[in-house]
Amino acid sequence: MKLITLFTKNGAGLLESLGVHIMLVILSVLAGIVIALPLGIYLTRHRRAANVVLAIAGTVQTIPGLVMLGFALVLLGIGTLPALVVLSIYSILPILRNTYTGITEVLPAYTDAAKGIGMTKSQVLFKVELPLAMPAIVSGIRISAVYIVSWATLAGMIGAGGLGDWIWTGLATYNTDYILLGAIPSAILAFVFSAVIGAVEKAMTPRGLRRRS
Amino acid sequence: MSELLKAMGEHLWIVASSMVAATIIGVALGVLSYWRKKLGVFIIALAEIVQTIPSLALLALLMIVFGLGDLTLAIALILYALLPIIRNTHTALNELPPHIIDAARGMGMSRAQRLTKVEIPLSIPMIFSGIKVALVNSLSIAVMGVLIGSGGLGYIIYRGIQQRNMGRILIGAIPVILIALFFDWAMTKVQVRLSKHTNGV
Repeated sequence: MKLITLFTKNGAGLLESLGVHIMLVILSVLAGIVIALPLGIYLTRHRRAANVVLAIAGTVQTIPGLVMLGFALVLLGIGTLPALVVLSIYSILPILRNTYTGITEVLPAYTDAAKGIGMTKSQVLFKVELPLAMPAIVSGIRISAVYIVSWATLAGMIGAGGLGDWIWTGLATYNTDYILLGAIPSAILAFVFSAVIGAVEKAMTPRGLRRRS
Repeated sequence: MSELLKAMGEHLWIVASSMVAATIIGVALGVLSYWRKKLGVFIIALAEIVQTIPSLALLALLMIVFGLGDLTLAIALILYALLPIIRNTHTALNELPPHIIDAARGMGMSRAQRLTKVEIPLSIPMIFSGIKVALVNSLSIAVMGVLIGSGGLGYIIYRGIQQRNMGRILIGAIPVILIALFFDWAMTKVQVRLSKHTNGV
């Protein structure tokens, strides 16, 4: 009950933070897609480069979020833009990895058949490989989005705005109200992103492949 | 230097003890969800939801309940570690070839005997791989423990951030990254070894 009045009292401010948070997530995941999708496709054509690039991306992923944001703070300063740069970098790997494995795991029987009926290279890519890899790619986007909701709260540290601001203020002043106001909506937001993209993932699976798993 | 070693020790100690607890709880829940399918769906869904909670939010919420300190960080690490361990235990047990379980049953083994003498030993490589994923994640999440008054390398990193001192951030960050890469590499090796023993099945 106390919780409800707490939320209604701060409704306007919270909605604004929620908007900023959603914007941060959408923009950085879009940036991740724009970079990772073509790169992933390129890597499937250059397997030797793939090992190197995926290893580097994997190493970047082990850098703790606090450290990356610390780098951004020192190098780029405070604000939404430095936060967006960090978040975009983080959103690349899951999409890249899933694009790569999604396409490489397309059975040769399908691509051979496609070549056999006279499809060009780009037709094979757009009409066979990408549609078959789409569930894996969308699943990568889902993993990215859930991560980014989490990293974005952390990015409150460098003044990104969003729901993280409330948690950081709460932690700094030991004010449980602020912590609840930031933490509960961000947890729900992560869950919503995961559920919505999960539904898209199901819808993207070609009909003929749906029953198998 | 001694400060750095002390922080590394704390970091590893918190992560290691959390992973031991997470393994015990996670394997137990994995077995439970293997025995009771319907309950299993519920357990895994719950662990998935916990996994999506942003780490800063979870830490802050746990701090409200458990206060500042190492214990709160350990609880957060355990919660995040549960999903990979439960899921891998559950998948490994479910993917065992039925003829092996039938053979064990035919020899007159009880359910507990089947579990401890046949099913768990054969599932160890996959359970181990779940522990690896959980551990590598935990090393990175544990850095945030500094925000709720816990020790470890996060303290050095956070002080560097507050002083806007790149060098100090790196002094704390490089060990974290190296330790994570080392465990990933070493545990993958062990995992390959382990699966050699069970491959004949």
